[in-house]
Amino acid sequence: MSKFAKKKDSGLPAVNTASLPDIVFMLLFFFMTVTVMKDNTLKVENTLPNASETKKLEKKDRVIYIYVGEPTSQYTSKFGKEARIQLNDKFSSPSDVGGYILEERAKKSQDLQNVLTIALKVDKNANMGLISDIKQELRKVNALKVNYTTYDGDAFNNLQ
Amino acid sequence: MARRGAPAEVNAGSMADIAFLLLIFFLVTTTIETDAGLDRMLPPIEPPTEKPPIIKEKNIFTVNINRNGQLLVEEEITDIRKLREKAMAFLDNGGAPSGSPDYCSYCKGKRLGDSSDSPAKAIISLKNDRETKYSTYITVQNELVGAYNDLRNREAQRLYGRDFTTMEADYLDPETDSNVKDDLKEKVKRIQELFPQKLSEAETDTSN
Repeated sequence: MSKFAKKKDSGLPAVNTASLPDIVFMLLFFFMTVTVMKDNTLKVENTLPNASETKKLEKKDRVIYIYVGEPTSQYTSKFGKEARIQLNDKFSSPSDVGGYILEERAKKSQDLQNVLTIALKVDKNANMGLISDIKQELRKVNALKVNYTTYDGDAFNNLQ
Repeated sequence: MARRGAPAEVNAGSMADIAFLLLIFFLVTTTIETDAGLDRMLPPIEPPTEKPPIIKEKNIFTVNINRNGQLLVEEEITDIRKLREKAMAFLDNGGAPSGSPDYCSYCKGKRLGDSSDSPAKAIISLKNDRETKYSTYITVQNELVGAYNDLRNREAQRLYGRDFTTMEADYLDPETDSNVKDDLKEKVKRIQELFPQKLSEAETDTSN
């Protein structure tokens, strides 16, 4: 039990893992800050149509989303099978669209207010009548840049 | 060597495990996705006093979609798969005689007298029923945008040796270098001027 007797040199010394938690925490914080939790739950069916000539929707901060589709099964008893518009978290009528756009636009910073895009996420079984109503409302509030959000794919698959 | 009196040290060995667990949770839930779709500009509401400009019939390419998803193109029932071809033939026609101010030197169409004068004059008018399915509408939009893109790609290949669509994607990509962007801006603009996208959408028919 002398102080100097036990110097067994058993190969490589173990790698010091004391800083491992720090590294992992760093990664953790990165992902925590980057993660955007889905801010609205979909209450409508939303199978988008396919299109091939798409453009990417860059810069999420300048996009306002409008969802259209028939209510999901849990809401059909209340709202029926007709396609509806979903703004934020509630079902709305076409006349609400204008107000919603103005409201959302006012929330954005000044320099973004003129470059906003309206992303229309419309179920492929919706009728054009509703879409035309929305477009009319958008024109009234001068929100002219729209993006019909689609999946990438062959457009002729839509026809089946 | 248990010390007495001093508070016991918390074992931090499992800290890494806990952090890993959280990390994996956030890794899995994160979706860094970008949506894609067809970009369109809606026409502004024009003041009612303004007279609509007079456009020659031959410069308008009408596309009607009925409630069953059938297409009436230039008063003819057309299969949707032929739409792109027809639209391209119309846009690329360049019917104006050489010497006239509208003459289109880069057009490769048939130069028919009863089709469009030049790409700058050509207008595609899209009309749909209220009962038309959205998916059909998107397909038609896709084909019409595709017709423009095909023609623009052709010109971009001729002038700059690369596709217009990739040029535009690079131009819109926020990660592209600003020098490259400035260069692309001019080229993209030039091509867009050769084949300006004039796609007019009439308000839907309320009468059936």
